[in-house]
Amino acid sequence: MKSTISNTLQKLSRRNEPYVFLVLMLLCVLIEIRSGQFFSSNNLVDIASAFAVPGLFAIGAFMVIISGGIDVSFPALASLSVYATTKFLLDVNYQGGVWLAILIALALGAILGAFNGLFIGYFRLPALIVTLGSSSVFKGIMQGALNSKQLTVIPIGMKNFGTSSLFIAKNPVSGLTSRMPVAILAFLIVLFLVYFLMRYTMFGRGLYGIGGSEISAHRAGFGVRNTKFIMYVMVGMIASLAGVMRVCMMQQAHPTNMLGMEMNIIAGVVLGGTAITGGRGTLLGCMLGTLLIVIVENSLILIGVPTSWKSVFTGLLIIIGTGVSAYQVSRMNRVRSVETVAKEVV
Amino acid sequence: MAEGLLRAVDIYKSFVGVQALKKVSFEINPGEIHCLAGENGSGKSTLIKVISGVYSPDSGYMEFGGKRYEKITPIDAIQSGIQVIYQDFSIFPNLTVMENLAFNSELADRRKIVNWKRMRKIATDAIAKINFKVDLDAMVGTLTVAEKQMIAISRALMFNTKLIIMDEPTTALTKREVRNLFNIILKLKERGIAILFVSHKLNEVFEISEKFTILRSGELVATGSTADLDSEKFSFFMTGREFQKKTFVPLNVSKEPIFQAKGIGMKSAFHDVSFDLRRGEIIGITGLLDSGRTELALSLFGIRPIDHGAVLVNGEEVKIINPQVAMQHKIGYVPEDRLSEGLFLTQSIADNIVISEIDSLANKIGILDHKRRSEEIERWVRELAISTPNPDNACQTLSGGNQQRVVLAKWLALNLDILILNGPTVGVDIGSKHDIHGILQKLAEEGLALLIISDDLPEVLENCSRILVMKSGSIVADLDAAKSDEKTILSYMM
Ligand SMILES: Nc1ncnc2c1ncn2[C@@H]1O[C@H](COP(=O)(O)OP(=O)(O)O)[C@@H](O)[C@H]1O
Ligand SMILES: [Mg+2]
Repeated sequence: MKSTISNTLQKLSRRNEPYVFLVLMLLCVLIEIRSGQFFSSNNLVDIASAFAVPGLFAIGAFMVIISGGIDVSFPALASLSVYATTKFLLDVNYQGGVWLAILIALALGAILGAFNGLFIGYFRLPALIVTLGSSSVFKGIMQGALNSKQLTVIPIGMKNFGTSSLFIAKNPVSGLTSRMPVAILAFLIVLFLVYFLMRYTMFGRGLYGIGGSEISAHRAGFGVRNTKFIMYVMVGMIASLAGVMRVCMMQQAHPTNMLGMEMNIIAGVVLGGTAITGGRGTLLGCMLGTLLIVIVENSLILIGVPTSWKSVFTGLLIIIGTGVSAYQVSRMNRVRSVETVAKEVV
Repeated sequence: MAEGLLRAVDIYKSFVGVQALKKVSFEINPGEIHCLAGENGSGKSTLIKVISGVYSPDSGYMEFGGKRYEKITPIDAIQSGIQVIYQDFSIFPNLTVMENLAFNSELADRRKIVNWKRMRKIATDAIAKINFKVDLDAMVGTLTVAEKQMIAISRALMFNTKLIIMDEPTTALTKREVRNLFNIILKLKERGIAILFVSHKLNEVFEISEKFTILRSGELVATGSTADLDSEKFSFFMTGREFQKKTFVPLNVSKEPIFQAKGIGMKSAFHDVSFDLRRGEIIGITGLLDSGRTELALSLFGIRPIDHGAVLVNGEEVKIINPQVAMQHKIGYVPEDRLSEGLFLTQSIADNIVISEIDSLANKIGILDHKRRSEEIERWVRELAISTPNPDNACQTLSGGNQQRVVLAKWLALNLDILILNGPTVGVDIGSKHDIHGILQKLAEEGLALLIISDDLPEVLENCSRILVMKSGSIVADLDAAKSDEKTILSYMM
């Protein structure tokens, strides 16, 4: 009995999630002590609402990284599809609900994702090169063909969706209120679906397999090309959904506003223990890592750290986070070589 | 089915510019252990891939279970009961043992949804078949090579397997693990499963296989029952060359020892080791894996410095505290695992040869003298007969034997007095092994002092003038090679 407990502990200590969780808790407590504001209901709701869009992006980035790929094009992809959607709906003077915006954006996202998937999956080009390229292409289309400018008015359906809330939290001390946006539901639904996909379908396990060894996956009879292609389509759709949520919540469509987010999102995913080399990592860890980044981005101001310092903190977090996982890998290897030697001698 | 599990007839297969298989026929019966041998590049892997449907032959046909196939697809092959275990085992290092075991059969059943309970059951059943004990939740990347191989075998057995093909299954295994593998192969045989395994190690071929097939440059040179084979024939079939064994006779042995070890020791590795080494001599040091022989070699070269006794070079005491000091005193070391220790595999052959003498090739102001560099490279490629179309090719394009020659060249370019070789022909094919032995003997005749650490007894007997046998960290016998034999050495080793 005792040994099973220590066994479990040992196994846990080799994973990243407990460390990230610990750091996260420490940070929260620190902010709480310094400001007394962190655990107030409205701040928590604010964080949740700030988390929805990066959370969605992170889910997509997570899938790609697990499969051994990388995607730096998702902010551009999301910008393009949501911008095109909004503009189109404005042009036709659409007065209906948000669902049409979501559908169009999902369809566009699928097409743009298929563009990535075609080159990476079928033509076997390196994912980083392809997505760097497609990122430029997407931006180019947006600025060139669509002649993008900030759209300060968005269709009424999107506007209403953006202002509707699940509930409102009020801070009894300061009297400040915060709305929990309905958009959080989109995040939760995608989170649940992808969790199921990654854990309970051969498709998801196949992504892990491909990330671990593409050759082995191929020899096992797995459709590596198709799987990658479909994955990039899905990721395009998730990113576009995130784009729609973002525009609804901001109440305006800004063509460049999301660009540049890719670094922090990928950092969060890696921080949560997802191996950048592919094949290893959990959605839970990925969410914790992303949450950590979001809190640093949004709450340091509560303890009086100027916003200009944000990037320093984010950078430090990334170094520490990757350091911990590198240390774990080396420790695992050491344990292993000792075991091997022991077996040799016996 | 009374006879003939698989027959491949008159198979031809070519790649751009290479005729990999020329009219090769091959036959295996149920429950037969068959060894496929041949030097590197002789077409063994290609034959395996034709049989398992990865490549389709240019001409020829196959019969499996009485059915004739002009060409077979990988799916056909699996459904006919052929399973291939590749050298890399086709595992997923990032997944658990359980998933690695269950993945293929889940795919074969075209499952879309994962049921973890069912996976666990599949995995448990799979390892039970060969009595393999392993934590199903362990990450496969953390297991030993042998354990990974067991996983690959268990996985292969989950299908209605009639033939298991293993490509060089013993290369990365220790002796004990090879033993274990052979036991499993024998058990599979009892169940009527045929095993085709690729190996070019003589002792393994004799020990386990009943039938053999030898390829050379894509052609079938011999096939038959192992009982009719002996080591001379085997070497001849493999290489097409007759080897006379050339036993080393020391000719120009110097009067004064060039190197002396006086009671040297290193904590918990070896102790009280003394010997003299003269120019023109080849001393062999042998012993079991844990006898301290490798540690001794590492100490002599300064990688793990001694903490007792003294080392004399040319009669003067020298403290060899690191490899630089060893090299200053013209001592060189060719490591056992040349792949990981001795070479920069992705760099060119040329650069690998000149890397350790790079300083002496530079002129006064430190600029590399290109003419001298290419002279040096040319000289060593010629002298050691390194077979490459172009010395600027990456080292990894060479076969094992040729890589070993590059390591030798790298050290010889330094004009050494003393050369220590640890397992000089481990993993090297017969032809190259013979050539390397010739080179070593020639070097000794030219006045080099050599120290060979090896557990290949025929090798030390043939190439050394004296043999030191180590056991539990000390020298237990100092034998005249000409007057001893394997039995004597073994009796001291054990
Ligand atoms: N896919 C390929 N493309 C081109 N040449 C190949 C290919 N596979 C093998 N060869 C060539 O065919 C010959 C036989 O190779 P192989 O069957 O791998 O030999 P072995 O397994 O006996 O070492 C070699 O000359 C090799 O270079
Ligand atoms: Mg081969």
